Amino acid sequence: MDYRSPIGKALGLGSAKAGTSHWWMQRITAVALIPLSFWVIKFFALTLNAPYQQTIAWLISPVNTLAIVAWVLAVFYHSALGLQVVIEDYVAAEGAKIISIWAVNLVFLFLALAALIAVFRIILIG
Amino acid sequence: MATNTDRPISPHLQNYKLPLTGTLSICHRITGVMLSVGLIFFVCMVSAVAEGADAYAGMQTLMSAWPIKLIYWAFIYALFFHLCHGVRHLIWDTGQGFARETMNQYAIYELVASLALTVAAFIFVYSS
Repeated sequence: MDYRSPIGKALGLGSAKAGTSHWWMQRITAVALIPLSFWVIKFFALTLNAPYQQTIAWLISPVNTLAIVAWVLAVFYHSALGLQVVIEDYVAAEGAKIISIWAVNLVFLFLALAALIAVFRIILIG
Repeated sequence: MATNTDRPISPHLQNYKLPLTGTLSICHRITGVMLSVGLIFFVCMVSAVAEGADAYAGMQTLMSAWPIKLIYWAFIYALFFHLCHGVRHLIWDTGQGFARETMNQYAIYELVASLALTVAAFIFVYSS
């Protein structure tokens, strides 16, 4: 005999985590990244081809600094959110899943910090 | 209990021909993962700029090798593909564009748009 009601069985199952906020942040960062992609392509174009002083001069101009810093924040967040979904889809074991998601989160946090520190060091040079 | 390996199973991805929309969908995921890995190169490059003129010159020499340039432009294409398919996801999020004809039409649009944007970026980079 099963005395549990259908609702009783369903309650507490499923995700009940931060899915909605994850979904929204993925979209908000995506929209932010559309215009910011222009700056990052410009940054690559300069660093790969231009003389050192020209790259520095471009990067320390306030609008460009703002755009690159905003791009760094949005892109590393967007990547970590995206990789989390990929891991959730392909890693079935609960322990391995949680460890890989947090490993990715920490790696991307450190990469984002490294990028921001580099940008601030460049501002100090210029 | 021993698993019955002779049981009938449904057709799996390996012997199922993905439609164009399905191929683009998995490519969106693959390019997303690739671009995430590519972010490591951004960190290296911006750090090289911060290190000073010598590190900067060394980085430029390394990056000017043609196989690296090819990989670089593959990344730019991947970025634009991911961006275009991402815009389609944003359209889907509004509840629009799910009719079969619309899906196939948008698939062509986004392939053309991502190529056009890559060409535009190429012209932008080498003309400035």
